[in-house]
Amino acid sequence: MDTFSPDRRTALIGGAALAAGPLLPRTAFAQGEPRRGGTLVAQTYSDLRILNPAIRTSFAIHVFTSKMVEPLVDLAPNGEPAPRLATSWSWSPDARTIMFKLREGVLWHDGKPFTSADVQFCAMEMWRKFQNFGTQLHRNLVGVDTPDPLTAVFRYSEPMPRGLFLRALAELGQVVPRHVYQGTDILNNPANLAPVGTGPFKFVSYTPGQHLVMERNPNYWMAGFPYLDRLVIRVIPDGAATAAALESGDIMMSLFSSLPRTELVRLAKDKRFRVGTRGNEGNPLFNTIGFNTRKKELADVRVRRAFAHAIDLESYAKRFDYGYSQPAQGPWPANTPFFQAGVPSYAFDPKKAEVLLDQAGFPRGADGVRMRLRIMPNTSESIRQLAVYVQQSMQKVGVRMENVVLDAPGYNKNVNREWDFDVATDTGTFRGDPAVGSTIWYRSGIAPGTPWSNQFGWKNEELDKLADAAAVESNFDKRKAMYNRIAVIANTEIPVWMALEQRMVSAVNARVRNDHNMPRWPASSWHDVWIAA
Amino acid sequence: MRRVARLILHRLAASVPCLAIILVVLFLLLRLAPGDAVDALLAQMGSGDGALDKLLRDHYGLHGSTTTQLLAYLARLLRLDLGVSVQYAQPVLDVILSRLPLTVLLMVSALSLSFFLGSVVGIVAARRAGQWPDTLISTLGLLFYATPSFWFGLMGILLFSVKLSVLPSGGIEDLAAGYTGWRRVLDIAVHMVLPTLTLALIYFAVYLRVMRASMLEVLTVDFVRTARAKGATESVVLVRHVLRNALLPLITILGLQAGSMLGGAVVVESVFSLPGLGRLALDAVSGRDLNMLLGIVLMSAGLVIAINLTVDLLYAKLDPRITAG
Repeated sequence: MDTFSPDRRTALIGGAALAAGPLLPRTAFAQGEPRRGGTLVAQTYSDLRILNPAIRTSFAIHVFTSKMVEPLVDLAPNGEPAPRLATSWSWSPDARTIMFKLREGVLWHDGKPFTSADVQFCAMEMWRKFQNFGTQLHRNLVGVDTPDPLTAVFRYSEPMPRGLFLRALAELGQVVPRHVYQGTDILNNPANLAPVGTGPFKFVSYTPGQHLVMERNPNYWMAGFPYLDRLVIRVIPDGAATAAALESGDIMMSLFSSLPRTELVRLAKDKRFRVGTRGNEGNPLFNTIGFNTRKKELADVRVRRAFAHAIDLESYAKRFDYGYSQPAQGPWPANTPFFQAGVPSYAFDPKKAEVLLDQAGFPRGADGVRMRLRIMPNTSESIRQLAVYVQQSMQKVGVRMENVVLDAPGYNKNVNREWDFDVATDTGTFRGDPAVGSTIWYRSGIAPGTPWSNQFGWKNEELDKLADAAAVESNFDKRKAMYNRIAVIANTEIPVWMALEQRMVSAVNARVRNDHNMPRWPASSWHDVWIAA
Repeated sequence: MRRVARLILHRLAASVPCLAIILVVLFLLLRLAPGDAVDALLAQMGSGDGALDKLLRDHYGLHGSTTTQLLAYLARLLRLDLGVSVQYAQPVLDVILSRLPLTVLLMVSALSLSFFLGSVVGIVAARRAGQWPDTLISTLGLLFYATPSFWFGLMGILLFSVKLSVLPSGGIEDLAAGYTGWRRVLDIAVHMVLPTLTLALIYFAVYLRVMRASMLEVLTVDFVRTARAKGATESVVLVRHVLRNALLPLITILGLQAGSMLGGAVVVESVFSLPGLGRLALDAVSGRDLNMLLGIVLMSAGLVIAINLTVDLLYAKLDPRITAG
């Protein structure tokens, strides 16, 4: 299989020598003509043990499946929607009917042709019924017509904003074959663990929680691709083990900030590796600090603002995140079309925090304590670290916090399902468009039990109306204006504070080429990746 | 032969109530922990909604009181049905069987290595008791015993894998190469070197110390003097008279440690990212995957019972005075 390096340990030594290449005058050699063949082994830290993105979507799933199963629409390197299984699209004037023209001559890995019937089946039977976020996105989907095998027409009862839909499809629009799923118990179909797709790589074997092996699809519709013969995704949860595997050459890349910050800083200085956030721009996330406004102390916006003033995020980002995060400016990440500079912000000012707490009616008691609260971090190491920082910062202004550390199910039950928390530090992912997974952080009336939504018991009628209207507004400028207003309300009231903005960090062996060349690269098809000698 | 059969039956009968208690206590413990399997699933997904939450809870039968669920589980167990894992969406038995070979391989190779090396080095130490080889061996043994196994593992990776590039850093085989046949067996063996050594080192120290003490004790007993008096050579005295008697406490510890080794395997499997039962159990706890955890406990309890039975049989073989009792 491995045509170019019969002994990968020798290959590693060769790689180390080559990595010095960019420093030498003959850099053209390192870029050069793409090389065919070889195996790429990539690492990620978690695995959802399901490989059907049409019913379960998450970056942790896409990193496995996006090489085998393709979406209708993808994102181009500049972040704009780009054709994949759909070649073109058009909106009716009322924005309720959307027509997709599909790619000709695409074959499923089992040899059967890909047609509009597959798209229809996925939309109606999987995305709309089972897929997280899909149930929300397609809640107004009435039907999908298939006038011919290469045309799929989506009919909605409410207008579907163009930008929202196309961007969302890159994550939620993966198509799996109808002939494999029709008439079966979809949730228990064996293909959920052995996917059949149209992508550049074909499924070989999968050991849940361990690794996925794929091989090149010789009939891939994009002629001449992929370059690699074989692709392996390994699940290594342990940071130290991941660093060792990367250094020994057992893996060639580590995705999704799997490595501890200190290891990233160390490897970034090593010429054999490239460490950076490039290629992860499409997957921005926030470190959030959420307040349960059902508590009388936290119902007062002055107390919430006191938190914002008491925590020195600038310093935190530098000292604890080594510059891989920055204080956020509102709920829409920088470099997204919805970003708005100048939303209300809170400078680090502990004195002001104390004044606000006094005004809110929480003077320091005899022991110097104004109030006692619990803080619950989710399971991420960096979020737990942030919780400790919040705890210590608040101690200085007289708020005594107890750090309650739970594991994932415990956190989900206490914070998301039963709202039994005071302050929670968490991770919030931005999924391409505020309507997909962001406004539910603020919108009231979300069904109880919905994780990563408004757990905060907070209600603002203006924001509720704006969120609903923006989700069905087809004019982009009008949508953007609505989201600007939402950002202002969100940062004025801060029921949940988008405190820090993060980018995922990848560490890659310098021999790998054409990697991280688009905004959501870890979850892309990798058809053009190759490995230099 | 009848004696042996009776011993086996007797042991198996005694293990049934023991197993039942373990299962019920574990079931209740895991139910006491906050959150259930669907909470864990949604947490891994990073999203979800009320409808999906209900759909999944219905699908995996997570409604109903603790008692009903426990009774339902025990009823299924009587039909030898271990149930379906929520985390893996597969029958528990299938997942466990796919992981069992690795754990057994790791346990057996680590146990035999530490037992063999520990005995040999222990004998050497006993023969040179009080002299410098004994002091050196005892100090090293203490050092190995006191060092946490994950540290050995990490240092091993750092030295042999990162610095010297002679051994792989983890995993069970080289997935990139896609070996088959004997080449694959060799590849797996190479991958097992560091994990086996890591796991074996701690137990090695225990065997070494017990063997040394046990040898020294037996060497002073009357029948050893008798053996020497009748003119047996030193090696005959050692092997036929002393060793056979000194082995008894060692075998006892072997049986006890087989049970605790699964715990050690969790650490080793994590450090070397190996797909074994230890990691599976850990994931089952953090995923609140009740069926899976109980299945693993049943399976490993079975392993421990089998090993202890073997130990008992070995006793009878080594010392005819011991009976099934």
